[in-house]
Amino acid sequence: MDNRVIVVKNLIKKFGTFVANDNLSFDVFKGEIFGFLGANGAGKTTTIRILSGLSSPTSGEVTVAGINASKKPEEIKKQIGYMSQKFSLYEDLTVKENIMLYGGIYGLSKSLIKERTDSLLEKLNFLEYGNKLIADLTLGLRQKLAFSIAVFHDPKIVFLDEPTGGVDPITRRQFWEMIYETAARGITVFVTTHYMDEAEYCDRISIMSEGKIVALDTPENLKKLYNTATVEEVFIKIARPVNN
Amino acid sequence: MKRFLGFVRKEFLHIFRDYRTLFIIFGIPVAQILIFGFAISTDVKNAGVAFLDLSKDETTQKLTDKIISSGFFKKTENLTSYNEIEDIFRKGKTKEVIIFEKNFGKKLQNEGKASMSLIADGSEPNTATLVTNYTMAIVSDFNTDMSGVNANNPMLIQPEVKMFYNPELKSQHMFVPGVITMILILICALMTSVTIAREKEFGTMEVLLVSPLRPIQIILGKVVPYFLLSFINVIFILVLSWLVFGLSVKGSIILLLAESMLYIMLSLSVGILISIVSSSMQQAIFISLVGMMLPTILLSGFIYPIENMADIYGYISYLLPPRYFITIIKSIMIKGTGFMYVWKETLVLISMTMLFIGISVRKFKVRLE
Repeated sequence: MDNRVIVVKNLIKKFGTFVANDNLSFDVFKGEIFGFLGANGAGKTTTIRILSGLSSPTSGEVTVAGINASKKPEEIKKQIGYMSQKFSLYEDLTVKENIMLYGGIYGLSKSLIKERTDSLLEKLNFLEYGNKLIADLTLGLRQKLAFSIAVFHDPKIVFLDEPTGGVDPITRRQFWEMIYETAARGITVFVTTHYMDEAEYCDRISIMSEGKIVALDTPENLKKLYNTATVEEVFIKIARPVNN
Repeated sequence: MKRFLGFVRKEFLHIFRDYRTLFIIFGIPVAQILIFGFAISTDVKNAGVAFLDLSKDETTQKLTDKIISSGFFKKTENLTSYNEIEDIFRKGKTKEVIIFEKNFGKKLQNEGKASMSLIADGSEPNTATLVTNYTMAIVSDFNTDMSGVNANNPMLIQPEVKMFYNPELKSQHMFVPGVITMILILICALMTSVTIAREKEFGTMEVLLVSPLRPIQIILGKVVPYFLLSFINVIFILVLSWLVFGLSVKGSIILLLAESMLYIMLSLSVGILISIVSSSMQQAIFISLVGMMLPTILLSGFIYPIENMADIYGYISYLLPPRYFITIIKSIMIKGTGFMYVWKETLVLISMTMLFIGISVRKFKVRLE
């Protein structure tokens, strides 16, 4: 019917008297790369937790992949992938064992996992690493692998929570190429980042401040609107850190 | 279910890939059994004992002979009056003085009871406890010999005897139940709490929570491997102590294993609870060691008899699961009693398990919010 994969209407999330998400409304479309920006403490994490079924909204309507987040948060979990800034692979397991584990958790059959593992390792030029422990890989390789595993089960949406923290510029570049490929496959990419040059790569970005979305448009339109040369300047103009 | 099995498989990989974990699980029981069994032997051999026999009749002579011929005691002196007692303790060789009242034998025959006192050298509390207990065991044995079927304890001295029921008077037999109790708490509570805390610390817990795995599957997945390992461990310790010390289980092995499973579940639920309230591995280790290990060693009756503790510690020990488990397995292993005699302790353990699981499930949900 429509190609919106995330629909948020008047989302409010309160913790006691503290309002973490103050009346958010936005849509995210299929195959889109959606940048979710904001200073620390602006309420991004709360929103992501609600969108990924970990937490339920105080009020408002949230639909992810056609599923109501208040009613069936467990169903949402099957439709999404997730990768966090904190490291998400098991260091004492090998590359293949990690893939096997996550593939199994998402309910893929053994033969399908094996088939996809082979093509994945080939694509990443990882063939010789298949039986190596994650602990022996460089951070860049780990991040790429973590991302590949987050989309291994072909989710409708993948949430990336500051995926490129601590990674060198070359790997970051390669990482974004992988994001583009993923979006081209029709998987929506929902990404938070503190690197403003990365924000320029997104199809659309939203900027949160003090629990509210204060800007939402394509990077070009935002730059025009605020009459700046980069997204970074837009961000500094409108996103106030909570504690200052 | 397939998801769950994959997760369990991963937990086993964690365990088998980490040699330190494996070492803790199987190395420590061996070390402890050998250390407690051989090095810290609290057996008494040839402890000096002096007699103050105010009766000097046939019965006291028989009893004296029985005590000395037991092999645990060596007669140092025959005393003639109470005044000499302090002196003889000062010399240091005598650990215990045994006093028979006047007309001991006659009273025993006519009135059916007679009294004797045991005075031990309190400056060595452990030895003192041991020698008096040994003596009482011998006396109660003597009682049975004298009175035959009508074992109504005509010479009842002190009621403590029954806790130390240990006819072969070997300290290894007392330690094996203690070691099992301690190892289970160590593996179950410490290991599970650390492995869950580790996932939190490394950020993998976040990914698991976002995945279709249910929280209960995550917890169970953590618990199943340790349950199996702990169970194997119990069997391992029993076989080891049988091979090394010739200690066999007097009572029903099935009952013993069933009780062990219950205690394993209890320890696991404690471990889960610890991991839920702690946010780092360090915290989990600290809480497990200080909160569980130390009380288990010190207060559960493993090393120090609960009867000897100050009242307050005795009361605290009622709150500790190991206390009940030690009572249960000592009864089954050494006395050979059946379920009828340990059902109360079993019930306490069951209620504690349910309580801990209940709290854990509630807390785990709260943390998800």
